[in-house]
Amino acid sequence: MSKIPERPLNGDVEDDDEDEANDGLEAWERTYAEDRSWEDLQEDESGLLRPIDDTAIYHAQYRRRLRALASTAATARIQKGLIRYLYVVVDLSKAASERDFRPSRMAVIGRQVETFIREFFDQNPLSHVGLVTIKDGIAHCLTELGGSPESHIKALMGKLDCSGDASLQNALELVLGYLNQIPSYGHREVLILYSALSTCDPGDLMETIQKCKKSKIRCSVIGLAAEMFICKHLCQETGGTYYVALDETHFKELILEHAPPPPAISEYATANLIKMGFPQRAAEGSVAICTCHEEAKTGGGYTCPRCKVRVCELPTECRICGLTLISSPHLARSYHHLFPIVPFDEVSPSSQNDPHNSLLNTCFGCQQSLHTQGSKPGLSVTCPKCKQQFCLDCDIYIHESLHNCPGCESFRHSKSEIASQ
Amino acid sequence: MPSAPSKLYADDVSLLVVTLDTNPFFWSTFSVSFSDFLSQVLAFLNSILLLSQLNQLVVIATGCNSCGYVYDSASSKNHAPPTASMPALYSNLLHNLEQFVARDQKLSKPDHDTQGIVPASLLSGALSMALCYIQRAFRSGSMHPQPRILCLQGSADGPEQYVAIMNAIFSAQRSTVPIDSCYIGSNNSAFLQQASYITGGIYYKPPQLDGLFQYLSTVFATDLHSRAFLRLPKSLGVDFRASCFCHKQTIDMGYVCSVCLSIFCERHDKCSTCGSVFGQAKQDVTSANSKKRKA
Repeated sequence: MSKIPERPLNGDVEDDDEDEANDGLEAWERTYAEDRSWEDLQEDESGLLRPIDDTAIYHAQYRRRLRALASTAATARIQKGLIRYLYVVVDLSKAASERDFRPSRMAVIGRQVETFIREFFDQNPLSHVGLVTIKDGIAHCLTELGGSPESHIKALMGKLDCSGDASLQNALELVLGYLNQIPSYGHREVLILYSALSTCDPGDLMETIQKCKKSKIRCSVIGLAAEMFICKHLCQETGGTYYVALDETHFKELILEHAPPPPAISEYATANLIKMGFPQRAAEGSVAICTCHEEAKTGGGYTCPRCKVRVCELPTECRICGLTLISSPHLARSYHHLFPIVPFDEVSPSSQNDPHNSLLNTCFGCQQSLHTQGSKPGLSVTCPKCKQQFCLDCDIYIHESLHNCPGCESFRHSKSEIASQ
Repeated sequence: MPSAPSKLYADDVSLLVVTLDTNPFFWSTFSVSFSDFLSQVLAFLNSILLLSQLNQLVVIATGCNSCGYVYDSASSKNHAPPTASMPALYSNLLHNLEQFVARDQKLSKPDHDTQGIVPASLLSGALSMALCYIQRAFRSGSMHPQPRILCLQGSADGPEQYVAIMNAIFSAQRSTVPIDSCYIGSNNSAFLQQASYITGGIYYKPPQLDGLFQYLSTVFATDLHSRAFLRLPKSLGVDFRASCFCHKQTIDMGYVCSVCLSIFCERHDKCSTCGSVFGQAKQDVTSANSKKRKA
């Protein structure tokens, strides 16, 4: 955003009204609908105020993210820690009631933890999450490690009130105790959402940090106030990341970065074979008592192949014999982390207009024309393997949700080439 | 068709994306000819458009070497004047389909024919394209037709497409797009059964192909809103058991590599997929621990 201070801004107001007429809300309405509506404006070359064209920015951000991922994947054969045991520590000290985030830090944290937990289980179906809150200087375990997103979200939403000081040490000690019990193949992680600017500890926090390091727990912190030395030190020592959120969208971005599995560090978790059961769905209409709710239910359960006990939901751990019970789609959900699709190459608008490509001027995925994207020249991308063109929206959808290249999937010859590599 | 924003969509307006299996290796060995099949399908497609003037229909051909769009009711390109004998839908679709089949045939390599195995249709590609198209409908605004996918599939599953098809299924599930499947081949298709089960669609295998039109119109023509009021065919159970990577046997208990999630039916020292060496088995200790924790 370049600002030209000499130019008076009040002459451009009616211009900008016209521009935003198709935006759903008028500019004056938006001042009431959300804060800081002036941040959504930028000046164009002639100094007129325009709404920020966020599709281009959004796409650029996404490309950067993708490139960063691709570059780390290129440096080494990456193994992902697909079986994760993550504790989310939520700071509910006095500082969480601050209103610099709207309506308050606490409400924002609640909202974003909810989206994070859903996204996390979508991407890591074999992983477990637990919730810990810090309040009045004590850490309290809200939910134990478990695989059901709903129970975590419900527990957190019921406990959103804050008081007292925060204690990093108490939280870490509590989590340490829980995470030391998990199997050696699991990746231990802690994600701390820290609002306070201080920590009120009963002992030496440095010792606790060393203990975490020894137990190979990867600690990451997202701050909501300002950078703190102790948080930075903790993350550096344990191999985690430390960021401070600027606003709610930034906070959401930061927290969702923890949803995809981190690269596995071999000394952090030993590779192991895990014994797992693939239970069959019981016939509809059969009555059995499930072990998870301890009540009789008709149909729709799964039977543990080892001890023949009934469970309601997968994935879970058999309460009787401790066997991990999953179904094959749960495993398949994680395979896209292991076989990612390559980033697409950007096509410059000039090469798009030359006569050779004129036949291919629709997006291969959605058939949208690549030329008629407003007044600006339409950007497009190509898959380096199958050379098909895609629009930017499909590019994002393909890399972030679909994880298939429609072009490569719909040509057999390119498939066999990939297979032979 | 008018442009999208001017429409007022009710809850029963559908965007139906049909994937049509055109695998010549399958149709040449199948009891019903492709033209008989197509005549019943065309009548069904026409009836979809007649159910509501706002309904939108997209047909993607699933060949054995390529996939391609053959009909889009929203596209302006297919408003060719209907000939005396055929309505516009039929002439456009058949014209594009002929072009597609000819192109698909040209792409085929001689080495596929010599093997004597029927190659699978590229269902993963067709599903991926369908989902991209549906995302475009989602982007068009807050009021958009209810999208669903219907797979008209005959040829058997291609095991090499497993990961891609599962990716497509999960993506459909995330955007709540049901995948209906009408499978006319001899055995059940495990891929399509899973696709319909996971996304909440209907899987149906018509017992008699003479009455295909009736099956299609009674089961698959219903929009998502009306489905709640109807007794539609229920799934007869889907086999979610995994097959091991080493012997391709279906197992109900096995070992999974913690790094790459490969499935084995017996204990190995080293993972054959990702090459990680397995440490000492502490499985019994940990399961005892977790039992203690629960208690």
